[in-house]
Amino acid sequence: MIKVKNLTKYYGSRLAVDNISFNVAKGEIVGFLGPNAAGKTTTMRILTGFMMPTRGDVWVAGYDMLSHSLEARQHIGYFAEAVPLYTDMTVRSYLDFLARLRGLDKNRIKTRIGDVVGICHLEEYIDVLIGKLSKGFRQRVGVAQAIIHEPEVLILDEPTVGIDPIQVAMTRQLIKELGKEHTVLLSTHILPEVSMTCGRVIIIHEGRIAAEDSIENLASMIGGAKRIRLEVAGPSQQVAERLRQIKGVQRVSYQDSDYTVECAAGQDPRGQIMEAIVRSGWSLLSLESIEMSLEDIFLKLTTEEETNR
Amino acid sequence: MRNTITIAGKEFKSYLASPMAYIVTGIFLIATGFFFSISPATYTETSINGFLQAGVILLLLFAPLLTMRLLAEERKLGTIELLLTAPVRDSEIILGKFLGGLGILTVMLGLTLYYPLLLIIFGDPDMGPIGAGYLGLLLLGYTALAIGIFTSSLTSNQIVAAVVAIGILLALYFVGFAASFLPEALGEVIGYFSLSNYFPDFMRGIVDTRGIIYYLSITALFLFLAIRSLENSRWS
Repeated sequence: MIKVKNLTKYYGSRLAVDNISFNVAKGEIVGFLGPNAAGKTTTMRILTGFMMPTRGDVWVAGYDMLSHSLEARQHIGYFAEAVPLYTDMTVRSYLDFLARLRGLDKNRIKTRIGDVVGICHLEEYIDVLIGKLSKGFRQRVGVAQAIIHEPEVLILDEPTVGIDPIQVAMTRQLIKELGKEHTVLLSTHILPEVSMTCGRVIIIHEGRIAAEDSIENLASMIGGAKRIRLEVAGPSQQVAERLRQIKGVQRVSYQDSDYTVECAAGQDPRGQIMEAIVRSGWSLLSLESIEMSLEDIFLKLTTEEETNR
Repeated sequence: MRNTITIAGKEFKSYLASPMAYIVTGIFLIATGFFFSISPATYTETSINGFLQAGVILLLLFAPLLTMRLLAEERKLGTIELLLTAPVRDSEIILGKFLGGLGILTVMLGLTLYYPLLLIIFGDPDMGPIGAGYLGLLLLGYTALAIGIFTSSLTSNQIVAAVVAIGILLALYFVGFAASFLPEALGEVIGYFSLSNYFPDFMRGIVDTRGIIYYLSITALFLFLAIRSLENSRWS
């Protein structure tokens, strides 16, 4: 559905996207992840035809974006990061205008406006001026316009920024629902969002793809390195020293009575740790093993890149 | 074509929903009404020349106030992203915006029709110069709109768009007067490019094809430049 090959974009002399390639298959929900200014929005703006790439090829819904941009745009629904809305229009006239530009006929527009207003819970606000709506509702209008023409491909640029937690949860649920019928590329810098909604992640950093895989694979790829967090009542320095002596423990850091133990790949020294602490006469207040979270993967990938250079 | 009309309709409606068009129309009517009522031409010749002479200058100043938001505001609010990612040609966007502006300007000039109507009621005016004068005014207005849309496509600042358009229009208008100070051949060439060169003929009731072609060419040129400027923004 989406195919990007050797895509490069310069703004003047500043390199924004550096030779990236990826594919999104039909029916996938792919998370497009990266810190601010990583090149996410630039890539999405090229995918939607808003901008032309400096180099490289882009196909969306089977159309070459460079030579058949109009046909491709017909099949794309786009939620832009800035949530562009005509504030002097009502929700209804705004949706009607955009549906018409996308070639829907009169009857279809009527039914689709009814549909999307229902999906996005905007029924009560349909004849309200967009300028009078709160941020969360504007966000929903933005989503409604993206799906009104039932596009095959949905490109959502940070759809949950700046809205309250209840609406965030609703939006995520909505994206999951949409993913059943559409191909979705979702950009975000909020990590839990990706693990909640996406099947696959593309991590982009400083214009380049730092990693691309399913969330589980990414976690194991980075090394099954386990981390253990414990709380011990005892003299901090001595406890840390004792922990370091245990086989399979790589690094120990602590703050007051909280310790974080990083283990070598494939090792699980929880039993030895417990024993060692009890034998030394200290009391073990808690012990838990922490799975590598998306945050860790992300931080590791984006910071490692920096130290490599 | 369908998209052009959709955009034109939307622009026309948003003119009606915002105060700018009413303010511009109001001031235009007050000012032209004033000049129409004090001009000797109104009473001695029963012509609308008093209105036309003032109307030309006022159009040059006011048309850019109508067009300044057309693209600059879209760029400022980011809604340009909606238009440029919709399956719509750049030329359809520009033409739609132009037609929207043309609609409101035509309505504005239509509201001045009561000047000739007064002349018809209280006198016996020569309809030739009135018809030709309106044609000239419309053509000049559309030219001003095209120039205004072009400058609006260059910036996200509406004030800049309006001021630059007024600058271009005044330059094109007054260069005709400067032409008389230049050597004859050069002056004549420059005169051909002046907005003011053709209007007196229309006021006298002469519909000169050269004048019509001139206004339409300048309009087309600036619409073309606006389309290129929009296309260009995709590559920057």
